[in-house]
Amino acid sequence: MTAMTIERRPLLALRDVTQSYQLPRTSLFGPRSSFTVLDGIDFDVCAGEAVGLVGESGAGKTTLTRILTGMERPQRGQVEFDGQDLWAAGAAERTRFRRSVQMVLQNPRSSLDPRMRIGTALLEPLRSLRIEGNHTRRIHEVLDQVGLDRSALGRFPHEFSGGQLQRIAIARALMPNPRVLVADEPVSALDVSIQAQVLNLLKDLVQDLQLGLVFIAHDLSVVAYTTSRVSVIAAGRIVEVGRPVELFTRPAAPATRNLVDAVLTVESGLAGTAL
Amino acid sequence: MTAPAAIEVRDLHVVYDGLAAVRGLSFTVPAGGRMGLVGESGSGKSMTALALMGLLPPGWKAQGTILHDGVDLITQTDKALSARRGRTVSMVFQDPMSSLNPVRRVGDQIADVIRRHGGVGRHEAMGQTIDLMMQMNLPRPEQLARSYPHQISGGQKQRIMIAMALACYPQLIIADEPTTALDVTVQKQVLRLLSAATRERNSALLMITHDLPVIAAMCDTVAVMYAGRIVEYGPVRQVFRNPRHHYTRGLLDSQPTMDNIALDGSSRLTSIPGMVPPLPALPSGCAFHPRCPVATDICRARMPEIDAATGAACWHPVAASQPAVAS
Ligand SMILES: Nc1ncnc2c1ncn2[C@@H]1O[C@H](COP(=O)(O)OP(=O)(O)OP(=O)(O)O)[C@@H](O)[C@H]1O
Ligand SMILES: Nc1ncnc2c1ncn2[C@@H]1O[C@H](COP(=O)(O)OP(=O)(O)OP(=O)(O)O)[C@@H](O)[C@H]1O
Ligand code: SF4
Ligand SMILES: [Mg+2]
Ligand SMILES: [Mg+2]
Repeated sequence: MTAMTIERRPLLALRDVTQSYQLPRTSLFGPRSSFTVLDGIDFDVCAGEAVGLVGESGAGKTTLTRILTGMERPQRGQVEFDGQDLWAAGAAERTRFRRSVQMVLQNPRSSLDPRMRIGTALLEPLRSLRIEGNHTRRIHEVLDQVGLDRSALGRFPHEFSGGQLQRIAIARALMPNPRVLVADEPVSALDVSIQAQVLNLLKDLVQDLQLGLVFIAHDLSVVAYTTSRVSVIAAGRIVEVGRPVELFTRPAAPATRNLVDAVLTVESGLAGTAL
Repeated sequence: MTAPAAIEVRDLHVVYDGLAAVRGLSFTVPAGGRMGLVGESGSGKSMTALALMGLLPPGWKAQGTILHDGVDLITQTDKALSARRGRTVSMVFQDPMSSLNPVRRVGDQIADVIRRHGGVGRHEAMGQTIDLMMQMNLPRPEQLARSYPHQISGGQKQRIMIAMALACYPQLIIADEPTTALDVTVQKQVLRLLSAATRERNSALLMITHDLPVIAAMCDTVAVMYAGRIVEYGPVRQVFRNPRHHYTRGLLDSQPTMDNIALDGSSRLTSIPGMVPPLPALPSGCAFHPRCPVATDICRARMPEIDAATGAACWHPVAASQPAVAS
């Protein structure tokens, strides 16, 4: 553990991040109370590493990803990219950050514009991030990386299955050549056999492109399969960190144990111990 | 003598203008029995459920035989089917938000079902509603009954739906993906309730899902669907421990479990390449052949029927000794 800590050179890190929201006043002159969503969070990911984040509904996972991708500024603590403090950095650094950290969302159907051909959708991030260069070559490169045929470019989202759409969403996130991918429940809308295709793809990308991957899912087996380190979040605090299979087979924190206990497997179902 | 089956389906087809979403389905759910219907998105699970409920989308027609409560549902009028829904057969829909009335209090919605079929008064119906809500482990039932759907959590809405489905002690409950939208902790709670409540009433359950662990936990038998047909059928334990159809085998292998994940991260899931074919382009013979690792000429030419010995519709069944689930 100590050896590992010394060697780690995180690409993207949260240091002691705290975030809270103001709640609406309950009476006209009453004080505004606030609600702490994240409390002293330390979290990081290295190049070529896949890290997981799990926790019950409402624990703060999505809020954490919003801070990690720079969409929200934390009230306290630092977001560091390549050793630099994001919110203290200059404009050029900020631009580099926005290209380098990309997000993949849960529902590919709602994250792609139904009226936009796939080719146009793939160019979108380059346009909005004002990236110059040979875009056609980049598109072909990325399609190869996610295993999609070039004929996809002229088609519309409704012509694809859920699994293919999630590949397209991943391709779009890869367009600006990011170094970190943040995926919030990327396979929970997909069927099992298609889910396996997408998980294998994400694993390959981490290896082949030395991407950092932050992976959120409610299915613990899926997280264990995809990542090599996992953090458990409960009520805005990281309560346990470890290697996924070890952590899920010998949970220490009560929050981890609750999640583990609720997992159904084919084997526990057949044995009659699942419910 | 055993009691008549809760439902017996023979050679069911669901068709629309030359397209067939369901192509010759036969299965039986005994009284009080529990059958799972699994299969990928688009394989025809919901169309089967809607055919049994008499709620097919406009233009779609059911053909074949659906025996339930002494009648063939296919020959029944819409009026007769509607009088039956909620009473002898009821359904829990996948998306509770779209099947609850957003502008009516949830307690009144349960009470409506009880009054429509139970012939009881307003007061009595509300009393039964509160009882049912208590059985569903819903907190503060009196208060919750007065809430509108948007004022309660996802897991609570799903339990309200189950309470409505159970209200009149139906012989058969069809649950279409009842827990897909819920997180693991809430899912487990909802499944427990559904299990206990159906057992208490001796209601049969037809559980539709693509979640294999849910079937394993809830059902006695399972039918695996692919492209509108049942490709494997049998006791859950037998089918999941020793699948004989290559599609079932592929589904089980695609499932990551803590036991089959290597600690060094080197493990790789077997995925089924390709996807479920769209209705207008169903492959010839065994519809799974373009994705099957062992397909031969006969698979492409002729459609296999379910074989009584293996329970699978397959020309080259998986060997009997190859368990797919590591144990
Ligand atoms: N803008 C906001 N204002 C007030 N409260 C908020 C806001 N955004 C999130 N919250 C609250 O913060 C908590 C954490 O929300 P978050 O979306 O991060 O949870 P999550 O772990 O992603 O949950 P899920 O698994 O359900 O997606 C929740 O209680 C949520 O209601
Ligand atoms: N209203 C409709 N009009 C035309 N085709 C439809 C309609 N509803 C379903 N289909 C088609 O019928 C086939 C079977 O669909 P069905 O909804 O029964 O699948 P399913 O197994 O329930 O899938 P899922 O797991 O996605 O719910 C699919 O090819 C689908 O595209
Ligand atoms: S019939 Fe042929 S193609 Fe179909 S599952 Fe069996 S071996 Fe594969
Ligand atoms: Mg979230
Ligand atoms: Mg369906």
